[in-house]
Formats: sequence, C-alpha cells, structure tokens
Amino acid sequence: MGTEMIKMTYRDACREAMRDAMHRDSRVFLMGEDVGMYGGCFAVSRGLLDEFGPERIRDTPLSEGGFVGIGIGAAMNGMRPIVEIMTVNFSLLALDQILNNAATLMHMSGGQFNVPVVIRMATGGGRQLAAQHSHSLEGWYAHIPGIKIVAPGTIEDARGMLLSAIEDPDPVLVFEATALYNMEGEIPADSGAVPLEGARVLREGEDISLVSYGSSIPKTLEAAAALEADGIDAEVLDLRSLRPLDNDAILDTVRKTHRVVIVDEGWKSGSLSAEITARIVEGAFYELDAPVARVCTAEVPIPYARHLEEAALPSVERIVSTVREALGTNG
Amino acid sequence: MITTPLVPATGLDREHAHHLMRQMLLVRRFEEKCVELYSATKIRGFLHLYIGQEAVAVGVMQSLLPRDSIVATYREHGHALARGMSARSIMAEMFGKLEGCSRGRGGSMHLFDAETNFYGGNAIVGGGIPLAGGIAMADRMLNRDAVTACFFGEGAMAEGEFHETMNLAELWRLPVIFCCENNMYAMGTALWRSESETNLAVKTAAYEMPSWSVNGMDVLAVEDAVRRAMTLVRSNGPCFIEFQTYRFRAHSMYDPELYREKAEVEEWKEQCPIDTFRTRLYEADLLTDDELQAMEQSVAEEIEDSIAFAEAGTLEPVEELERFVYSEKQS
Repeated sequence: MGTEMIKMTYRDACREAMRDAMHRDSRVFLMGEDVGMYGGCFAVSRGLLDEFGPERIRDTPLSEGGFVGIGIGAAMNGMRPIVEIMTVNFSLLALDQILNNAATLMHMSGGQFNVPVVIRMATGGGRQLAAQHSHSLEGWYAHIPGIKIVAPGTIEDARGMLLSAIEDPDPVLVFEATALYNMEGEIPADSGAVPLEGARVLREGEDISLVSYGSSIPKTLEAAAALEADGIDAEVLDLRSLRPLDNDAILDTVRKTHRVVIVDEGWKSGSLSAEITARIVEGAFYELDAPVARVCTAEVPIPYARHLEEAALPSVERIVSTVREALGTNG
Repeated sequence: MITTPLVPATGLDREHAHHLMRQMLLVRRFEEKCVELYSATKIRGFLHLYIGQEAVAVGVMQSLLPRDSIVATYREHGHALARGMSARSIMAEMFGKLEGCSRGRGGSMHLFDAETNFYGGNAIVGGGIPLAGGIAMADRMLNRDAVTACFFGEGAMAEGEFHETMNLAELWRLPVIFCCENNMYAMGTALWRSESETNLAVKTAAYEMPSWSVNGMDVLAVEDAVRRAMTLVRSNGPCFIEFQTYRFRAHSMYDPELYREKAEVEEWKEQCPIDTFRTRLYEADLLTDDELQAMEQSVAEEIEDSIAFAEAGTLEPVEELERFVYSEKQS
C-alpha cells in the first residue's frame, strides 16, 4: 500500500494551503494587491475569489504600509489575516509596519497582544524582472526578533509551512520563490502542516554539506547529483526556516562531513550565509577540515539581461566548482 | 487662537459635570507629578506631556463603550487615564516595574491594556493609524458592533500611512473615528510649515469622509461632536474630526522652544480647558469651591497611591528578558 500521491506545482501548493485554511477557519482571509479579480500577480490566488467572495479575498489599493498595518490590527483583534505583498521589494513600503508593529507589539505590551498575521511575498530572481522585482531580502528580515521567517524550497513545504504559518499565534513572513512557482512534482495527498521550525536533510551524504534554502534548493540538489557522478557524496540540508535557524541541524551536518558550502541567493555581505558561517565557527570550528565556502548573488542590483542575471545568481556550475575547491579536487 | 464660543454648561447633569472635571484634573495633576518624578529620575526615557490637551481625550472617551477600542500615540497618558486604566498601572509602567500595564517593557510611550481594548501607545508618527483600521475591520468582519477611536497629531497627516488608511477606511466603511489632535506643532514644525492645505478637514474631505473641526479646548464641544460622530460611525462608516488644541509644555521633557513665541503659549493658556470649564460650572451653579477642593484632594490621593504602588513594585527578573518575543502558547 503506497501513499496516494498528487501532482501539483509550487504555486498550487500555496493556493491549496490557503483554501484549506479558509475552509477550516472563518477567521482566515486574504488581502493584497490584485489577489481577487486578477487572480494574483503570480496567479497564486486564482479562483479563490469565486470560491470565497470579496470579503475574504480582498483586493487592496497600492498601499502596502496601509494594508499590512490593517492586517496586523485585524490579527490583534481576532482575525487570522493572510496579507500578500507582490514581491519582497514592495514589502519595503510596509517595513515600518512589519518591524515597528508586527515584530514589537507583543513584547512592548508585556505579552498582552500577539499578532497572528501571515505576510506572504514572492522573492528572488531568475525571471529577468530586473532590480526592483528580483531581490532576496529574506535574510535581512531574519535579522529581526519577533517575527518568524520561512522560505519553502519544496512543494510539500510550500503547502505545509503556509498551513502552519496561518495557525501560528505570531507574525510569520512566508517567502515564496518566484522562480519555483512553476515547479511541478508529486506530494503525498495527505501531507499536512509542516512545523515552522527545523531544517531537513533532503539528501544524505558523507563528503560535504550543502546548506541552502528556498529558490536555491533545486539548484543545490542538481549540483549534488552532478557531483555524485564524479564520486562526491554531498549532503543537502534545507534550512526551511530562517528564523529561528535550526542550529543543531547545521552543526550536526558539519560534524558529519567536516566541510560546508552555503548556497544563499542573498548578497554575501551581511547575509544569512554570514550568520550561518558565524554559527559554525562558534559551534563547530574544530570540526572543519576546510574553510566554510559560500555561493551567493554577486554584489549588484539584479540586472535584466539574461546572461548578466545568470552570472549574478547562484548557479549549479558555481555550486559544483565551489564544492570542488572546498574538497581540493579542482583541476 | 480659537474664537468659537464655549458650549454653555447650563443644563448639564451635575454628576457628569463633576466626572468630566475630575478626569481632566486627574490627567493634569498626574502629569505635573510625572514632571517631578522625571526630575527625581524615577521616570526616564522620553516623557511627552498632554498638559493643555486634556479636553480632547476626556471628551472623546465619554462616548466610547467597553467593547470599543482605542489606538493612541506616544503622548497618551491622558487617553489611558480617561479610558479607565488605573493610575497605578500607568505609574508603575513609567517606573519600569513588573506591575506596570506593559510589565515595564513599554514605558511612557507604550501603554497597553487588553482589558480596556487600549492598543497602545505607538511612537512611530502615523504608525498606529493602520492598526486602528485593522482593529475596526476585525470588528466589522466578526459582526461586533464596535468602534475604534484612533488618536494622532496633525503631524501624522503628512505621513503616507495616514492617507493610505483614510482611503481604505472609507472604501471599506470601517468603523473608525479618526481623532486628529491639532496642537499646531509637529514637534517644532508649525502646521503652515508642513502642510500645503492647513485646513485639515478640507484636506480629508477629499476621501469622501465626513470631516469637521471642533474646539478641542472645550470638553463639552468635544463630547458633543463625538456623540454625534459615534452615531454616524456605528451606522455608516468612518469620520474625521480635527480637534484644535495646544500643548502648554515642551514637546518632550525639555526643549528650548525656539519654534514658538512665549506670548503665544500664554495666550493659549487663557483657553485652558480646565479653567474655562471650571468657570462655566461655577456660573451654572454646578460646582462649589468645596466640591472642587474635595475633587483636588481625591485626585492627589489617587496619584500618591499610584506612586506608592509604583515604588513598591518589583523589577522583572532579568531571566525573563526574552519572554514575549514569541507567544508562549502555540496557536
């Protein structure tokens, strides 16, 4: 008896999680720019307006600060809002609400007001959308205590983590990878909520650890497969949650393979990859047989031209060559 | 200067007149005591005094029901007291004690109280306005017949979050009463130096929202305006009221007041909301010297009691520093 599998895209997975949650809990509603009649900028919410009506699938004007703040207020007063921001770049217009309100209100009120809001946004490059639609700022958001940050890199997590985010009593920012919306795969029909904490080993290996998340997961898995052909056995750790970070899982994989490459679509300077490196240095320095290496985005605003964008973002080739360097097997 | 004639006290219920007078006195004397305690270094951080503006908070609160909500600013001692939060919990908060309304995590600028639906104390100018919209939206979606009173200064009207929320509130008919306390100066910047249209009710009428101006130095005018507004908000949708008022003291504890003339301050003091109300009550035989004296005495006792309570309060153990960043109960 095998588990029944169903085929869906990463986009479908995000939609299904919202549908599920809205059927189960009347307090859940979605609002954002063009989530209703248009069906969502990336078609994630297509069809939901017909199913749930305009009260629960609420189109907003272009007022990120306003409607994110309204989502926070509604969450404090009994609702379970899902707020969609088209892309991470636009979320900067709502940064005041996210940082100064969502992340602080419970602490500042001495525990009286929690904020069960979910803020979803598309992140990352790879679709030639240039420098105002392609950045990866999730690592930046992970700096902030008071919010939880998840970045699903698989279809199962896209559904399961969004389900958990909606049920969570605290503000959760869900970073959906723009480049993965079309990714198709099979997941168990009965796969449910996935905890918001905890990394997952997607591939066991002995020689080196590849630590990654979100849009870089498929590339990292592909790189691991390419390395296998050359007899290099790479372990792939999917962080899934960027705040809190699963410290134990990171240190465990380092202790196992003694070599690490971090693949992070953010810029290298002051990045999540820098934080992970620091934690490895703090917690497993003497386990390392080679310096920690990083594959990140080049330090430029993401360019439009395809060849330049490709050169800027982490690629399978760059991951493979960085691994070889770390193993001393290059050339 | 305000030239609108004061609303006569004739015919006012004696008990209610005393209630209004006592509340304004409580706010005034409480803050005068706070100044002393600040000099004695019992209170630290920023301390923004409401002295001169008491008629607004006290007048507005008269029409609010227990199920209604309040969002206020960092100049909110008056609003908290007028809403019925205890002087004890507010004073203890300013002393940084565990018994404070926000367990000492908020201080003067962040008073919170779930019991009276007092949603803070927001110290980002304009930052609380979208929250008020969201609190009202939740009430509307959950079919609660409740209104949210949102207080802010005229300085907030230059912020984008104000305009975004005004637009959304009117579009979605959210039950919010927008209470603008125009005390003429955003910190040190005079209204005419920061707004192209200085008639604030004209400015907000562009949102198709009923908007008008009221003498904020006259508690009876405030009370009357808000009573009428509440009927409108409960049955119809949001409205905006500009309360013309004046802060007699510095922006925060100390500033050299280079931005206004001493003569201007003195002129406004002649319109002191407490003095002019007392005169009207005397003239209408609604208050005697003895009654006023007894009122002052009971206010003084309440404040002394709050200080003793705050002094005797405990400091939260440092081990609890990281509590309330995330919820302790999941979902």
